[in-house]
Amino acid sequence: MTRQMTGAQMVVQALRDQGVDVVFGYPGGAVLPIYDEIFQQNDIRHILVRHEQGAVHAAEGYARSTGKPGVVLVTSGPGATNAVTGITDALMDSIPLVVLTGQVPTFMIGNDAFQEADTVGITRPCTKHNWLVKDPAKVSETIHQAFQVATNGRPGPVVVDLPKDVQFAQGTYTPPQQANLGHYNPQVKGDIDAITQLVEMIESAERPIIYSGGGVINSGTAASQLLRELVDATGFPITSTLMGLGAYPASGKSWLGMLGMHGTYEANLAMHGCDLMINIGARFDDRITGRIADFSPKSRKAHIDIDPSSINKSIHVDLPIIGDVGHVLEDLLRVWKSRGRKTAQAGLEKWWKQIAEWKSVNCLYYKPSKQAIKPQYALERLEALTRGHDRYVTTEVGQHQMWAAQFMGFEDPNRWMTSGGLGTMGYGLPASVGVQVAHPDALVINVAGEASWLMNMQEMGTAVQYRLPVKQFILNNERLGMVRQWQELLHGERYSHSWSEALPDFVKLAEAFGCKGIMVKDPADLDDAIQEMLDYDGPVIFDCLVEKHENCFPMIPSGEPHNKMLLGDASTKDAIQQGGAVLV
Amino acid sequence: MSALKIKKGTSKHSAYDLRDPNAEVMETHTLAVIVDNEAGVLARVIGLFSGRGYNIESLTVAEVDHEGHRSRITVVTTGTPAVIEQIKAQLGRMIPVYDVHDLTVEGPAVERELALIKVANTGEKRVEALRLADIFRANVVDSTLESFVFEMTGTTDKIDAFAELMRPLGLVEIARTGVAAMSRGTAA
Ligand SMILES: Cc1ncc(C[n+]2csc(CCOP(=O)(O)OP(=O)(O)O)c2C)c(N)n1
Ligand SMILES: [Mg+2]
Repeated sequence: MTRQMTGAQMVVQALRDQGVDVVFGYPGGAVLPIYDEIFQQNDIRHILVRHEQGAVHAAEGYARSTGKPGVVLVTSGPGATNAVTGITDALMDSIPLVVLTGQVPTFMIGNDAFQEADTVGITRPCTKHNWLVKDPAKVSETIHQAFQVATNGRPGPVVVDLPKDVQFAQGTYTPPQQANLGHYNPQVKGDIDAITQLVEMIESAERPIIYSGGGVINSGTAASQLLRELVDATGFPITSTLMGLGAYPASGKSWLGMLGMHGTYEANLAMHGCDLMINIGARFDDRITGRIADFSPKSRKAHIDIDPSSINKSIHVDLPIIGDVGHVLEDLLRVWKSRGRKTAQAGLEKWWKQIAEWKSVNCLYYKPSKQAIKPQYALERLEALTRGHDRYVTTEVGQHQMWAAQFMGFEDPNRWMTSGGLGTMGYGLPASVGVQVAHPDALVINVAGEASWLMNMQEMGTAVQYRLPVKQFILNNERLGMVRQWQELLHGERYSHSWSEALPDFVKLAEAFGCKGIMVKDPADLDDAIQEMLDYDGPVIFDCLVEKHENCFPMIPSGEPHNKMLLGDASTKDAIQQGGAVLV
Repeated sequence: MSALKIKKGTSKHSAYDLRDPNAEVMETHTLAVIVDNEAGVLARVIGLFSGRGYNIESLTVAEVDHEGHRSRITVVTTGTPAVIEQIKAQLGRMIPVYDVHDLTVEGPAVERELALIKVANTGEKRVEALRLADIFRANVVDSTLESFVFEMTGTTDKIDAFAELMRPLGLVEIARTGVAAMSRGTAA
């Protein structure tokens, strides 16, 4: 069956056929025909954001919390360029997005037309793939292909650029089943010989560690389930990257906490001292490895990843397994079980004793205070008062983000949305909007820093318009805290431009937006204030005035190995070497 | 992506070290990349090299299968073994890429480049230029009383050598196509 329709109608029909229920967008001249079609239907909900960057982060939050691709619709020129930061963020964190951009009509491309930008040129390096559709007959097929590319293999953002004349032109609609999706078809099954080799390694390892990442979450909830089964059946300790939190529950008995620059002492020392490292869906990012030459020097390393270019990119591994985490774990468990579920018990017991010693250092200790709210304390209380809720947490970028990762426990995948690879301040508020759109009845909290939050605060308007009861939990230190910390440790305490002297009154700001504002500064009032936030049936801006000079520990200074970790202020003097200062 | 046989032991250090030209020996590899002949595909490949700091020594591209809309890009690149493996993996995961062949490791290959070389001279120099062209099997494709345009195909080294010899004999300009390469024997 074929159907004649306009390009704009094809866009909407293709989205419908792809199962899209919501689009985050912002209109403009070059997408008016599509907006006209959106107006005339009820299958797809459109969420009007306040800035195109917000649309992309909202779509990321939607995608990350549902496992479905996020969809964005923006106009040409400034609409597209405003989306670039969000698209880059999604690329770095492997979030599936389909971004539809309007373009000037084909006959005007290249003429510096009004609101013309070379969108495919600009977004080429920050998308997994992109298309400029000049032929009306190709509109539907290209959109189907866009979904296929965004969601298969290592997920990522794609852009489909749609000139306005193409949106008006008539063509034949191609349904997904009939679309030629090209040859993109990444391998999902891992090589069974390699998997068997990994089983052998598992059977003999005396100091193993599982190091899991965002790939487990991208692979789907089944992968997290298999990971749990593997960890619990082998009794191996597990740590995770920032992106992978929740794949294994924080309450699980094998959980060592997050690893990396601000990871726990036990996780990092276990990485350093292990004899077998099993990387599952992580990518040996520089926040994780520290100084490469000294990274886990005595271990054999296995790496499960769907993206061949992640293998041996920065760390040489002994056993690469290219495939989807879910598929590989399934085979791995099957082979391990069929060979008698063996592990090196005696060694493992010793290893856990060693880990218990590291744990006893109590690396997340902070000095409590009766005068000021310690940011860690605020998060501990938030955690305690929201545990058991149907809860989703997003964050901005900075100290508060690391503290949230350290002090909040994630029991399930898809519950934690944060900008890891790009570190985009301004991510958390729009992401919380996207999460709440996907989960209207859930508790959605954005753990924010005041500086990051201001970067996309206009999205509070979106939250109010759509009655999205997002809770903006701002840890307000009146500082660009993470920058301040680096300046303290690396730049002789010269605090160059790392605080804002003119912060808004967040309570009045909340009132101006038409939502609720709460300010708290006394630790004694904190619980009541948090409860008030939770009880309020609508969006809240929660201004939590915290200790201004708190540093985030533990910290592995850039360029140092895992075992050169700073545990608290006392250990920071001269800790950062000249060589480390050039790294970010 | 069958071409991605990632060799063990090719990289042992960091991303930072990978950028250190002294870290490991540099190798030159010739890659044949089979791609969909779609708009922007060359920009994608070039953008990958510039964006990630890889070297391009030579690059040629042309459609080789009109019906199947496929082009063949031949890239000559240098890097440490680890970087070469990364380049192949990065190329391999691009959506329009069908296949990446590393002709340098896949067995013997032939490599050829075409050059047009203009020399302007008279008298002894003109005679000498023509004599050398004969030795190098360069053809004269244009001539005036005071100039020749030679056409020659050969390896990059051979063209370099000929151009060097023409320099004192009145070399005016050179146009080169870059390398086209193919494995020897029956298989693709
Ligand atoms: C868009 C963007 N600009 C700059 C930075 C660099 N940066 C990282 S953390 C940070 C400070 C964040 O301050 P705030 O949001 O108040 O969080 P805090 O560290 O104080 O908790 C800055 C400026 C960034 N990550 N993103
Ligand atoms: Mg701050």
